[in-house]
Amino acid sequence: MRYMLMLYADEAAGAQIPPEEMKGYMDQMYAYGAALTKAGAFIQTHPLARTDQACTVRVQDGRMTVQDGPYAETREQFGGYFLIEARDMDAARQWAARCPAATWGTIEVRPLSENAGKPG
Amino acid sequence: MTDAATARGVAERVARESYGRLVAFLAARTRDLAGAEDALSEAFAAALDQWPREGAPANPDAWLLSVARRRQTDAWRRRWTQAEGEAQLTTMMDEIEAAAGTPDAIPDRRLALMFACAHPAVERDMRTPLMLQAVLGLPARDIGAAFLVPPATMGQRLVRAKARLKTAQAAFRIPETEELPERLDAVLEAVYAAFTTGWADGEPGEADLAREAIWLGRVIVGLIPDQPEARGALALMLYAEARRPARRTADGDYAPLEEQDAALWDLPLIAEAETLLRQANAAGPSGRYQIEAAIQSAHVARRLHDADSWPAIIALYEVLLTLSASPVVRLNHAMTTARVEGAEVALALIQPLDTDPRMAGYQPYWAARGQLCAEAGRRAKAHEALTLAIGLTADPAVRRYLQQRRGRLKAD
Repeated sequence: MRYMLMLYADEAAGAQIPPEEMKGYMDQMYAYGAALTKAGAFIQTHPLARTDQACTVRVQDGRMTVQDGPYAETREQFGGYFLIEARDMDAARQWAARCPAATWGTIEVRPLSENAGKPG
Repeated sequence: MTDAATARGVAERVARESYGRLVAFLAARTRDLAGAEDALSEAFAAALDQWPREGAPANPDAWLLSVARRRQTDAWRRRWTQAEGEAQLTTMMDEIEAAAGTPDAIPDRRLALMFACAHPAVERDMRTPLMLQAVLGLPARDIGAAFLVPPATMGQRLVRAKARLKTAQAAFRIPETEELPERLDAVLEAVYAAFTTGWADGEPGEADLAREAIWLGRVIVGLIPDQPEARGALALMLYAEARRPARRTADGDYAPLEEQDAALWDLPLIAEAETLLRQANAAGPSGRYQIEAAIQSAHVARRLHDADSWPAIIALYEVLLTLSASPVVRLNHAMTTARVEGAEVALALIQPLDTDPRMAGYQPYWAARGQLCAEAGRRAKAHEALTLAIGLTADPAVRRYLQQRRGRLKAD
């Protein structure tokens, strides 16, 4: 089963972290990716740019609206993801608990809908 | 801890003790664990609320039974007439009536309940959670938190485990002599799993599973004092518990055994463990828990009395290897061998594990391998192994510790 670990964190607080400390956290994230790879669980990962670079697009009743900013204003913002392969939800949760980002933010663990996206 | 907190702890302990005994008693008679828990749940909740404030009553069993009888009759009738039928209700009511009449004479069937929780019909990884709920009355929320399972999911799994037990018609009794050792092994395994789960938590949460496991271990030793492995398992847990105050430095950093300040160890607990181990050794053949406890005893002698225990520890691991050649035992054996014969010899010992798929996600393997490679001067390999260990660690303090260790590689 594939799972997405969605990483949420307070962007503003993150921006305040001194570079030297941030280097330590990034190093932990790198090690986490290496461990996922070694265990054959790694599929993909990427950090996202800050939400002030985001915009939202919607087409309703034939009318397109575009707005600056993320879809929803929340205390913690969606800032990156890991796509992993895991035996089941229990195993996916174990991986989420090991992710350093769980200590400074929140991780949502969600299975991918495996039968979606196939041509009808 | 304040006096109030101590008093609260004592009252809570009495409530859990009494609750477990009553659940065990009812379940043993009716073979219906979920029903027994239902019957006592409200009374138990009232006790947990009331006793810490007002003190535990003189006869806790009688208190729980009378509250259960008073409050629950209607609720059970509503619930059970639908789900279980009138007969079930009548049986449970009769049992409570009989028990309430003679609360002093309620036999302690908690051990039988533990055997039921570790019954082959119950999935292996559900035995510990089931035991924690049935014997100690821990809520699914706290059990789930310890095992990293959401509360509702843990609740459903517990319900299923109880249903499975009922379907299997599992007898709530202590097994006969010939099957006792094997079944006891499953019980001890479940208790020890609770201990290690709690132990892995740097900061214990709501429920401190390590202490709960020790409590269960004491109950077992109290009820079957003639089983050496039960004493061995309790001793093993006490040795580890005794080191708890030294596992973190004043700054909250992780301190492994070799770097711990042994002056912080809990000496009375160690003395208790030593006594248990002596009794276990005198009583009969050695099983894995006795041997593992003996290893801990040798570490104590080494750190507290400067004894040269390494050869003895290696020999004990070799005995353990003949009982179980698990990767974990092989790893510990190699780490110990390194202290006498050096890192290269140890690395050769764990070489076969390098391609073992079970090791790929096993943090202690990479932490140990990293240490050995560092000692052997293989800097690149050490860096790689320690990186994997960091990536597999969930405890931030351990993560920082490993990062520092890896940082020192460059300076060496």
